[in-house]
Amino acid sequence: MMRALKSALAGVAMLGFAASAQAQNEQFIPMAGYWVGPYAAGGSGIYGGFIDYLDMVNARDGGVGGVKLTYEKCETEYNNARGVECYERLKKKGPTGASVFHPLSTGITYSLIDKATADKIPIISMGYGRTDASDGRYFPYIFPLVTNYWSQNTAKIKFIGQREGGMDKLKGKKIVNIYHDSAYGKETIPVLDAQAKKYGFAVTHIAVPHPGNEQGSQWLQIRQIRPDWVILRGWGVMNPTALKAAAKVGFPRDKMIGVWWSGAEEDTIPAGDAAKGYIAAGFNVAGENYPVVQDIKKHVYAKGKGEMEDKSRIGSIYYNRGVVHGIITVEAIRKAQEKYGKKPLTPEQVRWGIENLNIDEARLKALGATGFMQALKVSCLDHEGGGAVKFQQWDGTKWKVITDWIQPDRELVRPMIEQSAAAYGKEKNIAPRDCSKES
Amino acid sequence: MAFFFEVLIGGLLSGVMYSLVALGFVLIYKASGVFNFAQGAMVFFAAMAFVVLLQDHGVNFWIAFALALGMMILLGLATEKFVLRPLVNQPQITLFMATIGLTFFIEGLAQLLGGANVRGLDIGIQDEPIAAIANATGINVSRFDLAAAGVAAVLVTSLALFFSRTRIGRALRAVADDHQAALAVGIPLHQIWGIVWAVAGFVALVAGMLWGARNGVQFALTFVALKALPVLILGGFESIPGAILGGLIIGAAEKLAEVYLGPFVGGGIEGWFPYVLALLFLLVRPEGLFGEKHIDRV
Repeated sequence: MMRALKSALAGVAMLGFAASAQAQNEQFIPMAGYWVGPYAAGGSGIYGGFIDYLDMVNARDGGVGGVKLTYEKCETEYNNARGVECYERLKKKGPTGASVFHPLSTGITYSLIDKATADKIPIISMGYGRTDASDGRYFPYIFPLVTNYWSQNTAKIKFIGQREGGMDKLKGKKIVNIYHDSAYGKETIPVLDAQAKKYGFAVTHIAVPHPGNEQGSQWLQIRQIRPDWVILRGWGVMNPTALKAAAKVGFPRDKMIGVWWSGAEEDTIPAGDAAKGYIAAGFNVAGENYPVVQDIKKHVYAKGKGEMEDKSRIGSIYYNRGVVHGIITVEAIRKAQEKYGKKPLTPEQVRWGIENLNIDEARLKALGATGFMQALKVSCLDHEGGGAVKFQQWDGTKWKVITDWIQPDRELVRPMIEQSAAAYGKEKNIAPRDCSKES
Repeated sequence: MAFFFEVLIGGLLSGVMYSLVALGFVLIYKASGVFNFAQGAMVFFAAMAFVVLLQDHGVNFWIAFALALGMMILLGLATEKFVLRPLVNQPQITLFMATIGLTFFIEGLAQLLGGANVRGLDIGIQDEPIAAIANATGINVSRFDLAAAGVAAVLVTSLALFFSRTRIGRALRAVADDHQAALAVGIPLHQIWGIVWAVAGFVALVAGMLWGARNGVQFALTFVALKALPVLILGGFESIPGAILGGLIIGAAEKLAEVYLGPFVGGGIEGWFPYVLALLFLLVRPEGLFGEKHIDRV
């Protein structure tokens, strides 16, 4: 009897040890996003794709290098204070702490720059956040990856130039920049002014107060200005409202170019016919016929799992953007494992992985993401890594890609980034890193 | 000059849309003296209920309207029974706080019902300029805005008649004046509150459908309540015609200010300008244009 009891106790202890060992072989990724509130359509789509990708990697490959990816959700409601609270709550979770933090909000990113730098936790602000953080010498822990706002804006002007028949044809043209009256909305004003000076077009900036559900007066002003092109820099309800208001004053939608936060199905479907012909920039494309999305369907949804309650959103712009978040996060961990070994990594080690990311076309093909996202090469100097965008046009039912990747005007953008980052460094008393000594 | 009139007309018609939301506030305030913080959430819930029935369950437009109205009536009755009834004779600030709690509950319920996605809503009226007016005057007047103005006119007339010419209407006014006194003379307080919350639900449904058709049915519909607040301050919390007139003044003033003053101060002023206007108005006439003047014995 005693022997049986001892055996049973030993068995329980072994099981406990095994479970603990398994828990130790995990890489924790916080999921601080928004599934409720005014911006839930964006948050639920992006985090849906992100989580599905991690689940797919766990199911298909058994994690990264045998290390299982784990995550925990935290609701920020796109609110800065709650975003910081989520960061504080999740930063020490998992065997090695938070690998990397994705705030999914420019405001939250700004709130976390000092904290994350002090905690040595990398922040990925993909397609948003502080543009001058692209200069990694002053922002070692902040990564506005893939393309920042200034890059995409110069690509937009290039696209307009192409449509007009050459950059020299921009001289004398009128462009209106209608923007969300917030830090996010104002971010591109300096670069647009610099481009207006360079190419000789006139730019008028028109602010729309939050939330942007009423834009009658702004569009009457636009009608009076009679611009050749309108750049839409909206978010949430501001986007369909702008499209409807444009229709109301008779401004052609195929002369409206949106930023990627104004270019999802959630922006066009509510506008109905008013959205037809509208063009938006994007650093990922829509569609589910990519092997990476098919793998998610096969390894996650076919097994009755998956984040998206509404399956029709799989392959949408926001969902696919979440998959891009997943790909980049996983590839950064994979890269870091090459240097530090196949084990749970510290945030500092993952930071190294992000800074040395090199996702080339061959790797994109292996990931099943050719054409889905652009190739990416990050470095100590360049925390953006890509910079290009594709343009997509809404045909009334879906987004259709109408260009190849259009590169930014790096000659214009990079000096502006370096100047702004140096000013930040001076203000914060940060000595720039010597990138030649980084390995 | 045509541009000035276009801005003015556009502003007046936008103001009507604000009035539609303000009407819901007025109804509740008239009957209970409570500022219903949950009105914006009710607009969102009503529109979401309608669109879920219409799009997810393939229900006919008018049946979906009737069912959504039924849901709003049930919500109103439940609010009366579970939120207001236990708080009879409590200070008004307590009732106000209760409606703040109600806001979060209704917002959550709407998202539970319809999810986080933004939904388009087509009610068959295009938000485009009427060609005949545009050709004759050069001024763009939206078909949709005119239809909304028509709907608001019908609503205001019916509600004004309801309050002034019916027994229930008079009882509503008595209840608003003094809960205890109304109960003492035999007015069924709970029934009156139930009715008024149900009518406010109907107004929320109409406002939700119109705003939803314009901007999509999404959480941001709750923000339209922010547009109604200066309208209420200006028009008076207890006056249905005041809600309309306040809406017209706020709508026209914010658009004219944005177009003619905005460029001098960096633009984007129509978010706060109505509040400044309302604040200035408060200093001169605290009860609003049509609000009841309270004279308290001291």
